[in-house]
Amino acid sequence: MHVERSVLTTIGAMLVLMTALPWFVGQVSEDVFFEWPFFLEVAIGGLLSGVMYSLVALGFVLIFKASGVFNFAQGAMVLFAALSFVGLKDLGVPLWLCFILTAGIMTLVAMTIERLVLRPLVNQEPIILFMVTIGIAYVLDGLGQMIWGSEVRMLDIGLPQDPSFFFDGKILINQFDMFAALIAGALVAALVIFFQYTKTGRALRAVADDHQAAMSVGIPLQHIWVVVWTVAGLVALVAGIMWGGKLGVQFSLALIALKALPVLILGGFTSIPGAIIGGLIVGAGEKVSEVFLGPLVGGGIEDWFAYMLALVFLVFRPQGLFGEKIIERV
Amino acid sequence: MKLTTFALGLAAATLLGSSAVQAADAQFIGSTVYRTGPYAPGGIPWADGFADYVNLLSERDGGINGVPLELEECDTAYNTDKGVECYERLKDKGSTGMPAVMPLSTGITYALLDRVKADKIPLLTAGYGRADAADGTVFPYIFNPPATYWGGADVAIQYIASEFGGTENLKGKKIALVYHDSAYGKEPINTLKALAEQHGYKLSLFPVPHPGLEQKSTWLKIGRQLRPDYVIMYGWGVMNATAIKEAAAVNYPRDKFIGIWWTGNEQDVIPAGKAAIGYKALQFNAIGADFPVHQDIIKYLYENGKGSAKSPDIVGQAAYNRGLQQAVIVTEAIRAAMNIYGNAPVTGEQVAHALDSFDLNAERLKALGLEGLMEPIKLSCSDHQGGGHAQVTQWDGKTWQSITDWITPNEEMLRAMYEESAAAYAKEQGITPRSCD
Amino acid sequence: MFYREAGQFKTSYQADQAIFPIRQDLYAYIAFLAVAFIGVPLLASDYFLSTLMLPFLVLALAAIGLNILTGYAGQLSLGTGGFMATGAFAAYKLSTAFPDMHLIIVFLLSGLITAGVGIFFGIPSLRIKGFYLAVATLASQFFLIWMFNKFGWFTNYSASGVISAPPRTVFGDFYITGPQAAPVTKYLFCLSFVVLLALLAKNLTRSNIGRKWMAIRDMDIAAEIIGIPMLKTKLIAFAVSSFYCGIAGAFWAFLYTGSVEPLAFDVNRSFQVLFMIIIGGLGSIMGSFLGAAFMVLLPIFLTNAPHMVGVEISVSTLSHLEAMVFGVLIIFFLIVEPHGLARLWQIFKEKMRLWPFPH
Repeated sequence: MHVERSVLTTIGAMLVLMTALPWFVGQVSEDVFFEWPFFLEVAIGGLLSGVMYSLVALGFVLIFKASGVFNFAQGAMVLFAALSFVGLKDLGVPLWLCFILTAGIMTLVAMTIERLVLRPLVNQEPIILFMVTIGIAYVLDGLGQMIWGSEVRMLDIGLPQDPSFFFDGKILINQFDMFAALIAGALVAALVIFFQYTKTGRALRAVADDHQAAMSVGIPLQHIWVVVWTVAGLVALVAGIMWGGKLGVQFSLALIALKALPVLILGGFTSIPGAIIGGLIVGAGEKVSEVFLGPLVGGGIEDWFAYMLALVFLVFRPQGLFGEKIIERV
Repeated sequence: MKLTTFALGLAAATLLGSSAVQAADAQFIGSTVYRTGPYAPGGIPWADGFADYVNLLSERDGGINGVPLELEECDTAYNTDKGVECYERLKDKGSTGMPAVMPLSTGITYALLDRVKADKIPLLTAGYGRADAADGTVFPYIFNPPATYWGGADVAIQYIASEFGGTENLKGKKIALVYHDSAYGKEPINTLKALAEQHGYKLSLFPVPHPGLEQKSTWLKIGRQLRPDYVIMYGWGVMNATAIKEAAAVNYPRDKFIGIWWTGNEQDVIPAGKAAIGYKALQFNAIGADFPVHQDIIKYLYENGKGSAKSPDIVGQAAYNRGLQQAVIVTEAIRAAMNIYGNAPVTGEQVAHALDSFDLNAERLKALGLEGLMEPIKLSCSDHQGGGHAQVTQWDGKTWQSITDWITPNEEMLRAMYEESAAAYAKEQGITPRSCD
Repeated sequence: MFYREAGQFKTSYQADQAIFPIRQDLYAYIAFLAVAFIGVPLLASDYFLSTLMLPFLVLALAAIGLNILTGYAGQLSLGTGGFMATGAFAAYKLSTAFPDMHLIIVFLLSGLITAGVGIFFGIPSLRIKGFYLAVATLASQFFLIWMFNKFGWFTNYSASGVISAPPRTVFGDFYITGPQAAPVTKYLFCLSFVVLLALLAKNLTRSNIGRKWMAIRDMDIAAEIIGIPMLKTKLIAFAVSSFYCGIAGAFWAFLYTGSVEPLAFDVNRSFQVLFMIIIGGLGSIMGSFLGAAFMVLLPIFLTNAPHMVGVEISVSTLSHLEAMVFGVLIIFFLIVEPHGLARLWQIFKEKMRLWPFPH
């Protein structure tokens, strides 16, 4: 993969800033307690949270890349997949079968969406397609809860939850987060292999590059859309299982979509590595800022800080880290 | 612009619908609940408890004092807009309108403050809403028995002090407050600050932005940096389970972690699994289904397939008993109003008047099969609060175990704070406090 | 048959540029206003006025504001909730700090303050576009709500961070805020304001600046090349839009709920208003009203519908069904007419001109 030098410079500058600023604040302010091992611990914790954001952001990127749709229903898909998974599990179905069945359900959802919603709206403006995914979100939220109920359900997938200590107890890392990061890494690797080395994957990339050209060489666009929404559904399933394992499966899972938005701006809407790197930067950035800069203003800055970071960043690089360069012609 | 006629037509249709004929001699009870939305897990058992108690009165006693009851639920999804709509839709139903409103959300409570005053309908907030509404001279139509957030904060500090062996040992201790960054979560801050001045502990504040899915940085600060002697939590919904899990993730001891009643539901600790064992929460009602009232509910409702909850296991859960308790307060207030005005459906104004001299004493509680489930409540024209007792419970992995007796908050200090805050509100709103003599 | 423009000749430029070039439209409009100002207050119940009309009018006003920015100037924004909160808190601070200030002035000033805030957060729009801008405006949304939540000064140090509108009158003894205010007075006050502001917006969009906005929306590079100043035009769009949103926020707090906490203006509110203008029609003032009606009144109608036909289902199933039907309707309307309800109305009018002889 070719990476522009300016991208690396930008990332480097952000890393330096994110380290130097807390250090400086720690020197001048009494409210802020700065120590290198603790800083490292916060940064690592943030990076691991960032992976969890990336998981959600990936679903957005996949669909946007292949069909230009900003899929507002991604959060609802996460909830729907997690509800179906845990619902089946509570019926006594073994875990592996739950996964396969839920994957089947998500494929059905993808096919239904393509047939009933996307096909009649081919070639509409992006904002219309965005709005229509909101309709999909309402339907999925209602349907999932009507079938499976709105009660919170516990989901224990057997990952260890205890903290681990490193460097004589100076640095603490949560094992669940580490495993989650590993699973996310495996998922990304699988996606990369799928995109690079399979026929369908190549077709997907072709569609992403140019709809018209892809159609003219005989790639069936509608088939591709089904595939891409299915893959996004599977990503939603994995995200739903990981987040559900953390928070319990409940309606609030649909709200994690908001956490993915700053990741998308930073990483660019069309880049899978962008979603990963963007997630890492947002995760680490918001934790470091909340812990080391938050005390100056009374805390709770985590939410908007990610967006501010993205905003400042966008002013210098309007297409995101890995977004395609915007070339405009009259 | 004129297509708004479309809207008008729609709305007109709505109007026709809402004026459906109701039984003339039944007492209407409207219940605004949330069985859907982000906070549904905690809202469902509450709504079940409320509905089951009202239905029990209908099935077992044929209503209140012989007047049949008619219960209607309206789903707010914990959304203020929807809550206001629910209130306006329900308020004129039945032959006498809604006798009282229980919004079950601090946000909706605030949105209804002016409306209930204009409509003369008492607003009951059990353990949420405006704490300073305890001052009945400024808030004639608002009642907040059995407990307030401020009282809860005081009880929590009393309990923590007893853990350290007395209030004098609080000096120099570090106490952290983790709170939902909204009107609800901010309520205890002033009380905790006042107590910090009194007792000399150091208070640190940790706001968690709504909805609270991510709290890693908060807990890194608490568990790895500040290491407070105790953590108090005012959270709601998914925030609670997340906080407990993150506390476990940074190895913060759960038995030094105490939450307000809205963080003490089974639905908050079960998703956290083993991590929640040892976590404590305040309750203003007892937990469990061992009370005579529960046996009646099982007998009259669940054995006849008339229960509201999906399974009888819900009966006796923390949130269920809280909803039940609210139903007890409302129905007893209606009964008190009927005792004054005669056994016919009563209006909101009559219920408000009855609430001004409301006395739910131990004897009455025993007759209702509620002995030990809740403490007696006595209200007056100026005191709309009536007690504020709470007890501490601890999660043992299966149930909430009561670990203290009922603790009474420092009424004297709180009363002064209520009156000060209510006076400020009265001044801003141009309200002349009514005389209670 | 009834909707014919035959025989209506325009004899001056003025007539040609009227808002309603067809006489029937004008009459219908006047009749409609008469119904809204006289008929509705006479006939409607308090429930109708205070739970349907007030939120509908207030949100329609916010939708007009956002439509100016997004529908006319092409700048996608998700900061509406933040701007509404700014208006609400500005109005609260002004009315409590200066109890003698007339409420109309309070509302206008809070709109102006919001306009200032809007200009500030509009600056990034010079570099960022499309969905990136939408997500960037979320920064302002989250920041503003956080700020009102965090600093006690904004709420006069109330313990819970909730603001309550103090009771105020306009024109003598007519209370329009506080518990004494009758729903009818609130409704009429709100309606007059909204009608005036909507007319103003309609005229703005037909003016020089409106045309500049649309040029930027359709292609900003081309607009820049033909000499439209980007900075000024975009920032004016942000200012005007925020002015409307600010007044809408102040109305929400003062006229509709009476008390609000900052969370009433959270990101969901921004999304709600954005949905309104997309469903109603981007770049249409009437579309703002239609969209507000769709998003505010339809869910209430759906909740009540089963009661009307006498079907009894549990509230939770009802809520889920309502969400699903609502979602399906959004999809349905967009498939039927992707350009919104306003466009649907236009097509209907075109058909009416030829009816009943379409050939």
